[in-house]
Amino acid sequence: MSDTVIISVKGISKTFGGLKALIDVSFDVFQGEIYGIIGPNGSGKTTLVNCITGFIRPDKGHVRFRDEEITQWPVHKIAGVGVTRTFQLMRPYYSLPAFKNLIIPLWSPRAKKYGGWRGGGRHGDRDTVAIDILEEIGFERESRVPYKLAGTLPTGYQKRLELARCIALRPDVIFCDEVFSGLSMSEIAGMIPLIERLKMDGVTLVMIEHRLRELFRVADRIMALNFGEKIAEGYYKDVIEDKRVKEAYLGSEEV
Amino acid sequence: MEMKRKERIDRGLKVRTEGIYAISSFKEIAYLIGPRLLLIGGVMLLPLIFEVAPYWKRVVNYMCVYAILAIAFDFLANYVGLVCLGGALFVGVGGYLTAIFNTYLSLPFYLSIPFATVSGACICTVIILPCLPLRGVYFAIVTLMYPILFSRIIEAFNIFGGTNGISGIDSFPNQYLEQYLIIIVMLVVLFGMRRFVNEDVGLVLRGIKDNDQSVRASGINVTHMKCMAVFIASLMGCFAGAYISHLYMFAGLSLFALDFSIIPIAAVVMGGGGTLVGAVIGCFILVPLSEVLRDFGSFRIVIYSVTLTGFIVFKSEGIMVYLQRKYHQFERWAKI
Ligand SMILES: Nc1ncnc2c1ncn2[C@@H]1O[C@H](COP(=O)(O)OP(=O)(O)O)[C@@H](O)[C@H]1O
Ligand SMILES: [Mg+2]
Repeated sequence: MSDTVIISVKGISKTFGGLKALIDVSFDVFQGEIYGIIGPNGSGKTTLVNCITGFIRPDKGHVRFRDEEITQWPVHKIAGVGVTRTFQLMRPYYSLPAFKNLIIPLWSPRAKKYGGWRGGGRHGDRDTVAIDILEEIGFERESRVPYKLAGTLPTGYQKRLELARCIALRPDVIFCDEVFSGLSMSEIAGMIPLIERLKMDGVTLVMIEHRLRELFRVADRIMALNFGEKIAEGYYKDVIEDKRVKEAYLGSEEV
Repeated sequence: MEMKRKERIDRGLKVRTEGIYAISSFKEIAYLIGPRLLLIGGVMLLPLIFEVAPYWKRVVNYMCVYAILAIAFDFLANYVGLVCLGGALFVGVGGYLTAIFNTYLSLPFYLSIPFATVSGACICTVIILPCLPLRGVYFAIVTLMYPILFSRIIEAFNIFGGTNGISGIDSFPNQYLEQYLIIIVMLVVLFGMRRFVNEDVGLVLRGIKDNDQSVRASGINVTHMKCMAVFIASLMGCFAGAYISHLYMFAGLSLFALDFSIIPIAAVVMGGGGTLVGAVIGCFILVPLSEVLRDFGSFRIVIYSVTLTGFIVFKSEGIMVYLQRKYHQFERWAKI
């Protein structure tokens, strides 16, 4: 972790009809850290990711990536500079085999540029790269899993596929929207080393999570949202000790 | 009571032909290229067979024209997710352009057809471009309206011969060229597109159909890709239109007829969507059928509808999907 701010969010607000989904949210993410965002259901976590990655235009506020203002950029351009995201509701390409799902990010201008000879170039190379990435992310190379239709894979693999799609882009930042939810304890235990390896590779991760225990294992700093407002930020001990977080998230019980 | 269920199993032969073992024996090779050769050989023989019934030669040409349009429709609808009813638009634009190039600028047909194909595809892509953000049925309706719009403009301003159309377009120098040109182009389009959709670019387009949000999140400009797909489909459609103009030596408002948009859909439904070959098979059934039914006058619409409805109800998967399954798999009853 360094002192360089890689993602800087300033005063983001978003209203859906009368519903205030985000109210003046600001935070900075440092290069190479794992930044956690927690909050009860409907507190605006996904909306925040949508605003940052260009899927939704925020009503107010700015998002900066390194030195660039990316607030009004289209989605593909934001992904093109290396700010990627996973979807909470998995969105694989159902009718393609799992490894062919990765051909699409590998075909993107960014992957062609940074993938070197393996990512771009001749036909057939991308298949190899795709299988390599899938193996890295926990698909057994020798098994039939990478060749199965993505729509038929169990949740655990679909979540991994979401992450693989981001990795294929050689990202600088990944926003992981609840990659642990819907997974069993053992599946999560399998994912955590993966997250740590990404961090070692210098990727900045912003992890939106509902499951606190797993998040606390990996995250460097944490921010808590409630009803669209940032209510706490800091090291996880401070955040869970925070009175407002306890009330909002843990139902005001003693923990 | 003993319960049984139907079980489908891949034929051993199919499994063997999936890897490089496909070239291990003639049986495997025949299994792979047999159906393809059957199609190519069959279509190439059609003009010779119909030496005995010259009237039907025209029908063969029409079958191929509609097959190209149906492939374009199948490609856009089932591989890119754009339900484009622009068949009549493509045919009209391509047809009128070749007429203009050929009669006003006196270009020979071997130049006017390619020029009309490419410039027509550019025009079609540009005018469809603003509708690309529309989804599903809205996109379909707008593409359906363009040909009507164009024919009204030609009528109202009395340009390009107005309601009389442009006549005096060169015909093809001989009948075999006329027939084999469209047959060969149709086969090239068919096999070319089957290959294209499995290339990496093709996979990106198929990804857009499955979910365009993920493609966007992968750093790819979806609008560019859709444009490219529409351009490819327009190329096919405009070629078909240019060919028809030279076939009839006439370009008129009939080029914007709704048939060019509707029959390809019916053919794709019949033949099986998402296979491309199905589109061709559908046309090879539907076009001759409507020709035979010509004698029945308006009653032909009834027979036509009943056939289509029958297909939708009883074999909604389409002929091609059914045939593929029978070819690659066998069925048996298994105890459960
Ligand atoms: N596209 C949308 N249109 C209207 N309301 C939305 C939309 N997206 C989210 N919301 C609302 O915004 C609030 C925050 O949702 P969300 O960001 O998905 O929460 P979280 O991810 O924290 O569970 C919810 O009340 C949700 O109903
Ligand atoms: Mg959410």
